[in-house]
Amino acid sequence: MGWNKTDMANEVCFRTLELDRPWLLEQYRSRGGYETLTRVLKEKVDPAEIVEELKASGLRGRGGAGFPTGLKWSFISRNAPGQKYIVCNSDEGEPGTFKDRDILRYNPHAVIEGMVIAGYAVGATAGYNYIRGEFWEPYERFEGALKEAREAGFLGKNILGSGADFELHTHLGAGAYICGEETGLLESLEGKKGQPRFKPPFPAHFGLYGRPTIINNTETLASVPDILRNGGAWFRDIGVENSGGPKLFSVSGNVNKPGNYEIPMGTPFAKLLEMAGGMKDGRPLKAVIPGGSSAPVIPGDMMMDLTMDYDCIARAGSMLGSGAVILIDDRHCMVRVLERMAYFYYEESCGQCTPCREGTGWMYRVIHRIETGEGRQEDLDLLDDVAARIQGRTICALGDAAAMPVAGMLKHYRDEFQYHIDHRKCLVGSGS
Amino acid sequence: MNSVLEPRTKEDLFAPEIRAEIDEWIAKYPPEWKQSAVMAALRIVQDANGGWLSNESMDDVAAYLDMPPIAVYEVATFYSMYELKPVGKHKICVCTNVSCMINDVDKLVEHLEERLDVKMGGTTEDGKFTLKEVECLGACGGAPMMQIGRQYYESLTPELIDSILDGLE
Repeated sequence: MGWNKTDMANEVCFRTLELDRPWLLEQYRSRGGYETLTRVLKEKVDPAEIVEELKASGLRGRGGAGFPTGLKWSFISRNAPGQKYIVCNSDEGEPGTFKDRDILRYNPHAVIEGMVIAGYAVGATAGYNYIRGEFWEPYERFEGALKEAREAGFLGKNILGSGADFELHTHLGAGAYICGEETGLLESLEGKKGQPRFKPPFPAHFGLYGRPTIINNTETLASVPDILRNGGAWFRDIGVENSGGPKLFSVSGNVNKPGNYEIPMGTPFAKLLEMAGGMKDGRPLKAVIPGGSSAPVIPGDMMMDLTMDYDCIARAGSMLGSGAVILIDDRHCMVRVLERMAYFYYEESCGQCTPCREGTGWMYRVIHRIETGEGRQEDLDLLDDVAARIQGRTICALGDAAAMPVAGMLKHYRDEFQYHIDHRKCLVGSGS
Repeated sequence: MNSVLEPRTKEDLFAPEIRAEIDEWIAKYPPEWKQSAVMAALRIVQDANGGWLSNESMDDVAAYLDMPPIAVYEVATFYSMYELKPVGKHKICVCTNVSCMINDVDKLVEHLEERLDVKMGGTTEDGKFTLKEVECLGACGGAPMMQIGRQYYESLTPELIDSILDGLE
C-alpha cells in the first residue's frame, strides 16, 4: 500500500500560515475565513446538520483524549432553557505539546469562528478561551483577534444581523497542568483550585457555573470551520479509518527541524521524521514518546514501521494523545527520562486522590534512587505495583498518565533499569 | 494590617489603575461570579507588588472580590505562577522537562547558576534575579527554553543567555 498524500500539509489549522501576518482578520478572510459562519447564520443551517457533519468528519478531540467531537456536541440539548457555554481549552501543558500555542499565535480567528459556530449549534451565547498563564504572546494575539472580530460584527449581539448572539472572552491560567483536564479547567474558570470533578455529571449537563457546557481543545475548535465548509467526508478522507483529518504533530527532541507539522492522519512516522530534518548529527533514534509524556514510550526501530493515527499507535501499546512526538537519541538514559517524567506528575498531581497524590511521589522516589545508584532489585516490581495501584483509581486521568509511562519503560528498557541496580551506574554515556 | 475599627471601602484597597484593570476582568464573568476574576486579580496585584503576594495583598483581593480570604489563599498556593515570598526583579523560569532535558538544559542551568552565583530556586544578593525551575512551558520546538517576565526565549545557548541577561536592567 503506497503512501500518496505526501503533498498534503497545512490543510486546516495552518492553512493561512504561509501568509504575511496570518493572524490578521483580512488575511484570514482572504482564505475564506468566516465564510462558514456567515453561511450558517444567513441560511439558518439546521444545528443538527452541523453536528451530523462533524460526526461524519471523524474529528476527535485534539487535546489528547480523542473523544469524537460531533458526539460530544450532541450531548447538549439545544432547547434546554438557561445559559449554556462554549469553553476552549488552550491550557496546553502536556510535555512535548506546543501546537495550540501556534494556532493562537498564527490562526486565532479559526478558533473564534469555530467557537461561534459551536455556540450556534448548541444554543450557547457565551464562551471563554482558557489560555495558560505563561502564554502571554498568544493571549495578546488572541485578544487582538477578538477585537477585530467584534468590530467586524462576527462577535457580540445580533451577529451579521442574524439575531444570534455570542460573547467570547479570554481567561488566563496561572500555572497548573491539571487545569488542562476539562473539569479542573472549569473549576479554575470559576476562580478555584483546579481540582477535577467527579464525572458524571459531564460538562454537557453540569459544566461552567453548573450550566450545560461544551469544552473542546483549541485545535479541535479551529478545525470546525473548514470541516463545515468542505464537508465532513472531505475531512474524513484526508485521514484514515477512525482518524479523520489532518492533525498537528509537535515534533521535539533530538531532531534537526523541531516544530509543528500539520499532516494527514495515517502519515508514516518515517515521513514525519524526514520532514523534521532527520536525527540531529545523524545519531540513531533510540526511542519515541508518540503522544505527549503520558503516552508509553516506543522503541525507535519499532516506531519506524508505524503510522501516525490513533489505531496504529494504540496497537503498538501507546497512544496518539495530543500529537506531541518526542524523539530521543542514543545518548540518553531511559531511567533518567522516566525519572524526569515521574517528577513532573509528582509536581503536578493536584493532591485530591490518595493513589495519585501518594503514588506519584512514591514512584518518583523509587526511580530517583535507581537513577542515583541506590536501587534495589525489588524496586522494579515495586514500580509496576505502585503504577498498577494508581491506574483506574483516581477521579481524573492524571493518575493514569503518571502510571502508563512506567509500564512502557520497564517493558522496553528493563535492561537499563537492571544495569543501574546491578552496577550502580548508567548503561548509557550521559546518565549518572 | 487595618484594624476592624477602621473599615476600608473598596476604593481604598488598590490604586485606581489597578482597580480599573481588575474591573475589566470582573466584567467578563456573570455578576454573581466575581470570584472568576480572582486569578487575574492576583496576577495584577502581584505584578504591582514587585512580583510576589503578601498576606495583606491577598486579603485585599479577597475583600475586593467579596471572597473569604481562605478561598484566595487556596488559589494563590495552588498555581505555580504566584509567588508567596519576595523574588528578584527578573524571574528566570527554566524548563527542565524531557524535551529541554534531552537538549542539554543541564548545561544551561549550570551556566546560569555560575553566572548568577545562585542555586536553582534562589535569588541573587542584589535582588535582581530569581532562578526558578518550571515544568513544560509548551515551547518544546524551541528547546531548551526559558521565560523571563512575559517573554519566551528559545533555542538557548550559554552565549545567548549571556546576551539576554546583559540586556536586562
